[in-house]
Amino acid sequence: MAKKSKTIKSQDERVADVINGYARMEGVADELLNHDGTIRPVWQEFINFFSSLSDATIQKRFARGDQYLRDAGVFYRRYDQGDANERDWPFSHIPIILDEGEWDHIAQGLIQRADLLEYVMADLYGAQDLVTQGHLPAELIAATPEWLRPMVGATPKSGSFLHLLAFEIGRGPDGTWWVLGDRTQAPSGAGFALENRVATNHVFADHYAKMQIHRLAGFFKRFRSSLMDMAAPDDCGVGILTPGRLNDAYYEHAYIARYLGFMLLEGEDLIVHQGKTMVRTVDGLRPISVLWRRLDSSFADPLEFNEASILGTPGMANAVRNGALNMVNALGSGVLENRFMLAFLPRICEAIRGEKLLIPNIASWWCGQEKERDQVLGNTENLMFGPAHSTFLPFEQNEMFSLMGNGEHVALRDQVLNNGQDYVAQEAIKLSTTPVYIDGKLRPRPMTIRVFLARTENGWDVMPGGYARIGQEKGETVLALQGGGQVADVWIKSQGEIERESITDTQGKTFVRQVQDVLPSRAADNLFWLGRYIERSEMMMRMARGYHIRLGENEGQPTPLLQFMSHHFAKFEVEEGAPLAKTINATLFSAMGSAGHVRDRFSNDGWAALKDLSRTAQIVANDVPDGDEAANAYHIMLRKISGFAGLVHESMYHYTGWRFLKIGRALERASITASLLDYFTKTGVPDGALELPVEICDSTMTHRRRYLVTTNSDTVVDLLALDGMNPRSILYQINDFKEHLSFLPGQSDQVYLSDLAKTALKIHTDLSVSHPDDLEKGYFKDLEEDIYTLCNMLNEAYLS
Amino acid sequence: MNDHMLYDVVLKITYEYENTASGGRQVLRLMPAHIEGRQNFISGSLDISPKLDERNDRLDFFNNALTEVAFQGSYDEIIFHVKARIECLEQVQSLNIAPTLDGLKREIASVTALDFISPHHFMGQSQRVRINQKIKEFALSYVQDAMTVVEIVEAIGKGLYKVMKFDAEATTVDTPMEEAFEKKHGVCQDYTHIMIACLRSIGIPAGYVSGYIRTIPAEGEKRLEGADAMHAWVRAWAGHDCGWIEFDPTNNKAVNTDHIVIAYGRDYDDIAPVKGIMKTYGASTTKQGVDVIPIVDKIAQTA
Repeated sequence: MAKKSKTIKSQDERVADVINGYARMEGVADELLNHDGTIRPVWQEFINFFSSLSDATIQKRFARGDQYLRDAGVFYRRYDQGDANERDWPFSHIPIILDEGEWDHIAQGLIQRADLLEYVMADLYGAQDLVTQGHLPAELIAATPEWLRPMVGATPKSGSFLHLLAFEIGRGPDGTWWVLGDRTQAPSGAGFALENRVATNHVFADHYAKMQIHRLAGFFKRFRSSLMDMAAPDDCGVGILTPGRLNDAYYEHAYIARYLGFMLLEGEDLIVHQGKTMVRTVDGLRPISVLWRRLDSSFADPLEFNEASILGTPGMANAVRNGALNMVNALGSGVLENRFMLAFLPRICEAIRGEKLLIPNIASWWCGQEKERDQVLGNTENLMFGPAHSTFLPFEQNEMFSLMGNGEHVALRDQVLNNGQDYVAQEAIKLSTTPVYIDGKLRPRPMTIRVFLARTENGWDVMPGGYARIGQEKGETVLALQGGGQVADVWIKSQGEIERESITDTQGKTFVRQVQDVLPSRAADNLFWLGRYIERSEMMMRMARGYHIRLGENEGQPTPLLQFMSHHFAKFEVEEGAPLAKTINATLFSAMGSAGHVRDRFSNDGWAALKDLSRTAQIVANDVPDGDEAANAYHIMLRKISGFAGLVHESMYHYTGWRFLKIGRALERASITASLLDYFTKTGVPDGALELPVEICDSTMTHRRRYLVTTNSDTVVDLLALDGMNPRSILYQINDFKEHLSFLPGQSDQVYLSDLAKTALKIHTDLSVSHPDDLEKGYFKDLEEDIYTLCNMLNEAYLS
Repeated sequence: MNDHMLYDVVLKITYEYENTASGGRQVLRLMPAHIEGRQNFISGSLDISPKLDERNDRLDFFNNALTEVAFQGSYDEIIFHVKARIECLEQVQSLNIAPTLDGLKREIASVTALDFISPHHFMGQSQRVRINQKIKEFALSYVQDAMTVVEIVEAIGKGLYKVMKFDAEATTVDTPMEEAFEKKHGVCQDYTHIMIACLRSIGIPAGYVSGYIRTIPAEGEKRLEGADAMHAWVRAWAGHDCGWIEFDPTNNKAVNTDHIVIAYGRDYDDIAPVKGIMKTYGASTTKQGVDVIPIVDKIAQTA
């Protein structure tokens, strides 16, 4: 008995174990523990549960969350050392738990702040009373790059400038919450918050279901309908305007577009026409009047803002001015993010609203005022200094500096003294800590939370949760978050029952099928090329496999046939003399590029399969020796690529976009097959050459069963070009192309065939009525050209 | 000498494309402005080929007239053709009642407005104007105690004219002003940006003026640099009483009836004559022809 009580601990003991190892830091608040070391009530349930898990179980659960994030392809991009790499998501599995009552207080404070920001925004782009009455210095606003002069005097179509805001908040040592910064330009993180929630749900599924945690879907649903309500009746949808796949938050843009059912658009997808904003689609220009902007304003229109921007759309600013376009948020909203704003907002709030900020922002002083400057330089204790016109949060860039201590920082102090107008001093508040699981123990780490507010028909709606960032090191001030740390989910725990709604809830209707299928030309182009690249790499893998098998059989010695093959491979080279493996790797890289542009139209499984394929190709290109080993590697890659093709074929909905992917694939297969036939069925080819096109086209078995003679050029041509029953034949591809084409816009509703359809029909007819004997020398060379003509015509009609 | 000058301004810009271009949207600031007491706009036209799909005339933040145009079809040539008759009024040199640099600083601080004439817009850095220590030192070398702002503007303008070499081949429209200053060469755009940086570096609000200057000099004067193309010069704020004054550093001249204003901005980027021109693959060439002919000369020629 005594022995047993030693191994099985009571719950209280287990909780005590968890808590005792948690070295709470002096002088800061902690989310988990009260000042006296007791557990905050809101955490009790979770800690009871967590302490009941063995270390192994915890690892298994965490791995489940990580697996989800990897499968979903969640990543972020960091631009350091000059290259932009996708990094694994730095997910901290322990959520931050806050009480509903405390959250309500935060929400009220942030709603007040959102209203205040709307007022300041409207004033800066309107009457400018805040400037003339001395609440904001004219010289500061004039020197702010995000204050866009072309938008002064423009009133937003919807009546409001700001629709989605984020606030970075942190808890000070005495327990009060502070705003560290306002995100008004194009706040990111709402989608990441959602992904973090899904991930924690994978980790703590059983527990999460039991606890009363506010769900996030309702927030997104209401925001989505508020955007849809702003749209005009003939709009083709709501768009998310993204800077594109090189942006650090592109994954989030694609994710949220998919989640909300919005179009993911880049600047070049749009054109301003007769004062209206239009989407270039495969079905011509279609109007759009609501854009959720994830692109900084100054890049939105090269005619009026940054002329060098290639991400924008010429004429967009004027479309906004003319009331033809709702921008969420309005162009120029970035002005509110400037650090100096924090020095003036508290007084503006009192002057305009006659009340104090319910949640204060961190105390800030603009050093362009002599009195303030001398005061902060006189006592630099607990202060940090940073650029007045920076829009970064204090921990985002290493731009904040301290002037504490004697004799040091002379140069910096002189800077502030002589160029005070360029600096703001801010209180370096000590952030609260929250538990992070490190080496089998919970440890306190500093954190901030990003909270999101959306404007809906019932006013500001606060997302019950948030996107938490946690410092890497033990430091206590906001600066400890510099250089990146981890991210975590935020749980708001309710006292009562919570509403469980999902984004797909429909009012009263049990079934709503979205029929609209708007396909921007750029997306169609990327899908078309994805189809081509994938097919091209598959054909090249077969060629490479064929080559390495024969090389292996000949103990690595060159033969006439091998030389003959290499000569043909040169056709595909991306750089002169590069081995085929390199070309395959480069082609798959291009495929990834195309797929990356249409992440919102792509399943996670498809993306993961493609990534896996590309990784394998890289290894093969760099590390696998020629001959048998390489042949084996291509066996594996071919299995993987057919897995990907299967996903596309079996799982992708047959939208118009899917047709472009299939068209790309069919035309690429047809043109490569034509070039193979041209090359390998010539007279005087080395022994064994005729087998190759059959092998590369995966038709060896069929050939054996279909023809009772040995391989000759007629049988090869018949099977690979003229046999409509062979899914590898050129005729089959052209047939496939014709079929998909007939579903494309503008094809079926015409009395006469389109030029594209006519050209395809000619090729089709010619192949259908030919016999191998009829084909003249050079036929396949011409056919390859004809297929390129089809590509060009398709490009002209739909893709540009 | 006449107290005013009457001019016929003709501008023709031609873009030729080797490969056919299509679509495109541009913003144009080509038409001389009407400025009370300075410059009378009598008549003017802007003709454009090929045929326009859209045209929209409006004012920008700095109250300049602009024309936004859009083409739809394809073309291999674009022509902007401006014709205008403009009267330039003699600017009487008033008493030099401008403040010193210290006085100017106080006057600027007393302005709490951001309307288009506010000096605050014309301080510090802007897209094309950056201030560095070398520029500041260069500017300060022309400043002596008790000089008024008007005197300082002229001294710096003259000083810059002396050290710079006009060279139409040395720089392009995108050459950074620092480079032009370092190498002490360039065209009116470079002179203007450098002088703006000099003035702003010592606390004088300064901006960019785009415009035209007379093609054939008045009798006994030498031909002006930049007369065969559009021109640019500097505008500076000399306090409440003197207001905005203009100086042409490329020709070392205070601006008077030889200069016709199109637009005012912080730098070239605010008021580039043509923004958003089509870039196609293949070669394209640009030709610009300007004639600014005084009406009296014209009468003399035909007589």
